[in-house]
Amino acid sequence: MVTPQTSPATAAPDRPRPVRRRRARSQALVFWLFVGPFAVGLLIFVYVPILWSLWLSFYDSQSTVTPTEFVGLRNYQDMLSSGPFRESLITFTLFAAFIVPLTFAASLGLALMVHRIRFAQAFFRSVFFLPTACSYVVASLIWKLSIFNGVRFGLANTVLEVFGQDPIPWLSVAQPPWYWFPIISVRLWLQVGFYMILFLAGLQRIPRELYEAAWVDGASPGWKTFRHITLPQLRNTSVAVLLLLFIAAYQAFDEFYNLLGNVVNYARTPLQQLYITALGASQDYGRGSAGAMILSLLIIFVTLFQGKLFGFGKPAE
Amino acid sequence: MATGNAFNRRLFLRGAGGLAAASALAACGGNTGREDSSSGSGKTISQWYHQYGEAGTQQAAQKYADAYKDAKINMQWVPGDYDNKISSGLLASDGPDVFEWHFNYQLAKSNQVVPLDDILGDAKSDYSEADLFSNSLDGKVYGIRMIDDPQLIFYRKSMLDKAGVAPPTTIDELIAATKALTTKDVKGLFIGNDGGVAWAANHVVPAAGHQYLTSDRKVDFNNDAVASAMLKVRELMATKGLLLGAPTEWWDPSAFNQGLCAITRQGLWAMPAVQKALGDDFGVIPTPSFGATGKPAIYLGGWSTFVSAKAKDVDAAKAFVKWLWIDNTEYQEDWALNYGFHIPPRKSLAAKAAKLQSGPAAETLKLTEQYGWVDDPAFTQTMRTTFTDAVTNIVQKNKDPKSELAGAASKVDAELKSLFG
Repeated sequence: MVTPQTSPATAAPDRPRPVRRRRARSQALVFWLFVGPFAVGLLIFVYVPILWSLWLSFYDSQSTVTPTEFVGLRNYQDMLSSGPFRESLITFTLFAAFIVPLTFAASLGLALMVHRIRFAQAFFRSVFFLPTACSYVVASLIWKLSIFNGVRFGLANTVLEVFGQDPIPWLSVAQPPWYWFPIISVRLWLQVGFYMILFLAGLQRIPRELYEAAWVDGASPGWKTFRHITLPQLRNTSVAVLLLLFIAAYQAFDEFYNLLGNVVNYARTPLQQLYITALGASQDYGRGSAGAMILSLLIIFVTLFQGKLFGFGKPAE
Repeated sequence: MATGNAFNRRLFLRGAGGLAAASALAACGGNTGREDSSSGSGKTISQWYHQYGEAGTQQAAQKYADAYKDAKINMQWVPGDYDNKISSGLLASDGPDVFEWHFNYQLAKSNQVVPLDDILGDAKSDYSEADLFSNSLDGKVYGIRMIDDPQLIFYRKSMLDKAGVAPPTTIDELIAATKALTTKDVKGLFIGNDGGVAWAANHVVPAAGHQYLTSDRKVDFNNDAVASAMLKVRELMATKGLLLGAPTEWWDPSAFNQGLCAITRQGLWAMPAVQKALGDDFGVIPTPSFGATGKPAIYLGGWSTFVSAKAKDVDAAKAFVKWLWIDNTEYQEDWALNYGFHIPPRKSLAAKAAKLQSGPAAETLKLTEQYGWVDDPAFTQTMRTTFTDAVTNIVQKNKDPKSELAGAASKVDAELKSLFG
């Protein structure tokens, strides 16, 4: 407000300038009005806790979040030495190696089918997307109590009985590991629809001319066009889906917690392990924070490596 | 293992107790206009309970709070994950002044609770040594026991008679009974949907004649007796007579009442519901003994009340605890006997509790006196998790018991060293 009045001489020859400046200023105001509350929230509820957690991870923070006893890297050593946390990191790296391609293939397959369908496309799109709106907890309880319960009148066991099989205690034994069936099926049911929508959006952006040109060049619709047109054109979508899937696999918690609980250690996720370490009666915030840092680093590493491998963000060829 | 079991129980309640909680909301009147006049001193004390499953408990807790005249009691009934709510509440400034929980060494070591010896006074001799031990550290008492919850085994008399099976007293008899009682529609034994992992981790060590820690804080579970006891649990699982994946957990008597199993682990709290469903057709026995060194055992869980070191007015909070959980025997009796069944921790009260004087309740009381054992506050939650993981590996994943127990022992040793030096 002050500048234009103090130097009217310079302002005079270039009349539109103050207006533009005022507009720029009011745009900045609008920018901060919109971004400010979010940025402040992000700072207070995300970045401060992350830094605090980093600080806690170097201290003996048993039952306190204002520790005084510096222990260096001891918490990291404890979490990484052979024990349940390291085991769960290994288990869930294997889990990711299995569930990520499976979810990827299932949602891409579903998207291709829904994309090609000529009638009721909106209906099928909604039907497959709907489970995404269901809470993990609710779905887990349905899976646990009615579909995969261990008694003879559970849905899965009723089906087995029709084929003359004995009922299976799905979630109650470690060997054989039947519990993977409920866990993987509930995860697929909940997630596939969401990634299908991402793929559908990607498929709709592929120009039809490419397929027509390929057809003119003699490539019949089918595997060949899928391999040489659809897949390369979907590269950015695919990389984004893979990224989200990897992060989701390492951050698994809800369905494991609700289906298997915290007592048994068949397949405790890294987050469950941290929950046990840091919360409840243990209250070991130092080791818990160290574990959280290790997990974050692992996720960041896998994400960067994958981005590098598949060229995330590069323009499509 | 009070924490683990109670936690499971609450998890169940979170789902099933929704309706009860909703109907109870109407009665939830923490701030009903008594602020200024009735409480003479103008002090406010916040008091937290976990969500009990038995109907009427919340109203009872509110009634006790309203009856206190020296301060305004802001009673909070906490549904959901109580352990987490408490542990974060104790770190923050808006936590409870008075709360119920289970004592552990960390609470006292990190000065989260204050000793209560001064308000306990002469009443101390009226509490059992076990209840005092589970709430004490280095000679100071930190918690006042509110209720004792014995956990034992219920069996269906008619089913055992029909199969010609006597109530089992040893693990071998229990294994035989489980096999004999299993039919197409009924399973012999229900010890939890986790396949008995929590049961094996929480109940078997004392039944094998050992403790988790000795009185001088050394590991006492790393030996042949416990190793072979765990192998017996594995044998029990192999009978295919265990009820697994039932719609309700063991602490809810529904599966037993509906005849899905002939024998079940259970707590005294469920006895009114079992009596209502089955009448006299059930009996109680302790956890059977394991091996030559073993003896029958009954785990005595329960809840105790504490005063937070961060209470706004520690003395006022202590005065309230003294009024409710030490002096007011009428309310203590109401709390223990009128909703579910619990043993009042005061010996004088337990002796005259009419509802516990006959039938299976009296039997439970007698067995508990003989075989009851309580948590050692030095065996922390971290150690429990370590031990439970070893038990899962032995009974569920068929790993070698000796090396698993030795591995758990060395981790618990390290914990003990870092806590007690």
